[in-house]
Amino acid sequence: MSSETLDCLLPGQWATVAGLSFSDAKRRRLLDLGFIPGAAVTALQAAPWGDPVAYGVRGAVIALRRADARRISIVGK
Amino acid sequence: MSEASYVIALAGNPNVGKSTVFNALTHLHQHTGNWPGKTVAVAQGGYPYQGETYTVVDLPGTYSLFADSVEEEIARDFLCSGQADVTLVVADATCLERNLNLLLQIMDQTHPVVLCVNLLDEAARKGITLDLTALENALGIPVVGAAARDGEGLDHLKETIRQAAHHPLPPPPRQVELPDLEGLSQQERQEAAVSAIMARSEELAALAAKVPADAHRADRRLDRLLTSRSTGLLVMLGLLGLVFWLTIAGANVPSQLLSEALGSLQEPLRNLLLGWGLPREVCAALCDGIYRTAAWVVSVMLPPMAIFFPLFTLLEDAGYLPRVAFNLDRCFQWAGAHGRQSLTMCMGFGCNACGVMGCRIIDSPRERLIAILTNSFVPCNGRLPTLIALFTIFFAFGGGLGTSLLTAVLLLGAIVAAVGMTLLISRLLSRTVLRGVPSSFALELPPYRRPRVGQVIVRSVLDRTLFVLARAVMVAAPAGLVIWLTANVTVGGESLLVHLAAFFDPLGKLMGLDGMILLAFLLGFPANEIVIPILLMGYLSTGSLTDYQDLTHLRQLLVANGWTWQTALSAVVFTLFHFPCGTTCATIRRETGSLRWTLLAVALPTAVGILLCMALHLLLTAVG
Repeated sequence: MSSETLDCLLPGQWATVAGLSFSDAKRRRLLDLGFIPGAAVTALQAAPWGDPVAYGVRGAVIALRRADARRISIVGK
Repeated sequence: MSEASYVIALAGNPNVGKSTVFNALTHLHQHTGNWPGKTVAVAQGGYPYQGETYTVVDLPGTYSLFADSVEEEIARDFLCSGQADVTLVVADATCLERNLNLLLQIMDQTHPVVLCVNLLDEAARKGITLDLTALENALGIPVVGAAARDGEGLDHLKETIRQAAHHPLPPPPRQVELPDLEGLSQQERQEAAVSAIMARSEELAALAAKVPADAHRADRRLDRLLTSRSTGLLVMLGLLGLVFWLTIAGANVPSQLLSEALGSLQEPLRNLLLGWGLPREVCAALCDGIYRTAAWVVSVMLPPMAIFFPLFTLLEDAGYLPRVAFNLDRCFQWAGAHGRQSLTMCMGFGCNACGVMGCRIIDSPRERLIAILTNSFVPCNGRLPTLIALFTIFFAFGGGLGTSLLTAVLLLGAIVAAVGMTLLISRLLSRTVLRGVPSSFALELPPYRRPRVGQVIVRSVLDRTLFVLARAVMVAAPAGLVIWLTANVTVGGESLLVHLAAFFDPLGKLMGLDGMILLAFLLGFPANEIVIPILLMGYLSTGSLTDYQDLTHLRQLLVANGWTWQTALSAVVFTLFHFPCGTTCATIRRETGSLRWTLLAVALPTAVGILLCMALHLLLTAVG
């Protein structure tokens, strides 16, 4: 098992969401936005100061702060 | 038989043109913006169709029905309450998969449901082909395609809604069969349920939409220009500077024409009133007090607003504001603030009261308070003309292209300083009275839309400009009367205005200003727009607002009253940072429900302004 997290994904790379270490409402929110275990996700680009990062997931573009992306684990980078 | 009426619930993801559909159906021009989560309160409107009345309830845009935000709670409660005869779900044709997720959740809760696939024009532009018949067959509910901004598909939509209300189809078969949840934890169940719905959305989207691989290429290319490390910030400053320059350069001539036209009406108005037999003093109060203040506000405010608001709305419509939030978020993280605060700050540029109300989109109470308390640190549209006038006459005098360009650059500098102060105070608050952990947030960067220039101009002039202007005039008129009275009621040989100015003079001098300037700010509490007219009236002590033909007059008058560029600089600082206007204070009181927080919201910018002015004055005096 890899312990990689979403914030390590470089622009252009693809990976699969493995799990979310959030609880309740925040977890639900991210699930609804498409960050579901098994979903393909790609990093698009970082903001001017390097944070947050825009991710492509299920046809939408969602920006996450690095601190939050660190709590989403990924596999198969 | 009484006229039948139906209730239609309007639901959808944020930013799918739901409000546009709402406006197109009801002709009630609720303001629509291109950012996620704008509609926080529930708007409602109605339309007649074939002799029946349809009431449309515009629910907040949500990604799902089950997360615990205020918006979702409102949408869920309404949909589950059974108050709606038909639920209309609006989906974005360019992002069908994610949108179907909400549709499936709604279909699970209520019946009948009609799906409106909106933004067909945008989808066509991206080369996305849709098969709505296949989608309709697979879902078992009516599906209508639309391009609501052009009014396309709306007749079909109204007819479909009518049929759904009269003869609902039998409930469709369940779209999602949940897997066996036996023996799973709460979290695993939730995940399984969401995954099952998502999997079905994916299937349906694959069936209904053919998306070419490069459909979103233009958007990504624009994103690289507008949000990348190398160009993002430069382009942002450039765009803001351009908006300011167009406002300054374009407002000049119309302002002057309006001022002359309204000024020339004053004497005929006085004669008319005198002709009615009104006493001379009353006529003077009405003409020189109320009418002149209102006329000044209109001629100075209307042209810049009529240019600034449409330009701002164009950027908003095109989908640029979420990119601003994206660009600036690192700073707001540093400040311990919520990511959405940059959006409420942007609203504050238009009007601080609107910005404070907009803070409802922040669901963490701590971060919402920070956003409310710091909103008036950015200058609203009522303060921009004052800043423009001060910069033009003291730092960029001369006329021509150079003047308007330099003024725009200076104004840009003032805005950057205001944003910097917003961040600093936010950080201060999040380290002291409002300590806490920043909450996580996910910001959707919606697809860019080609803004409808004609519609934007009409809508922003009608909805925003005239609204804000009407408010300013309504406030300015009675304030004009009060000012006229203080300038004309004499105590011990001097007018009340002069006495008051003398009282504030020591503090004013310490700040590099004078008593009359401070008094003008105080009397301008109802609306920031009237600060300069009050000041002029005070200096002239003619008992009424002076005729204000152009900025040269203003400069002469200010210089004659001891103004130097240092005075102007202090006045700029105090214009940026002082107590919020009356409307904003009332809004803060209502939104926080607390007098204590309202007082803090007044005290913070005032203290910052006074201290900065004093420091500046000390520094400049020391340097010589």
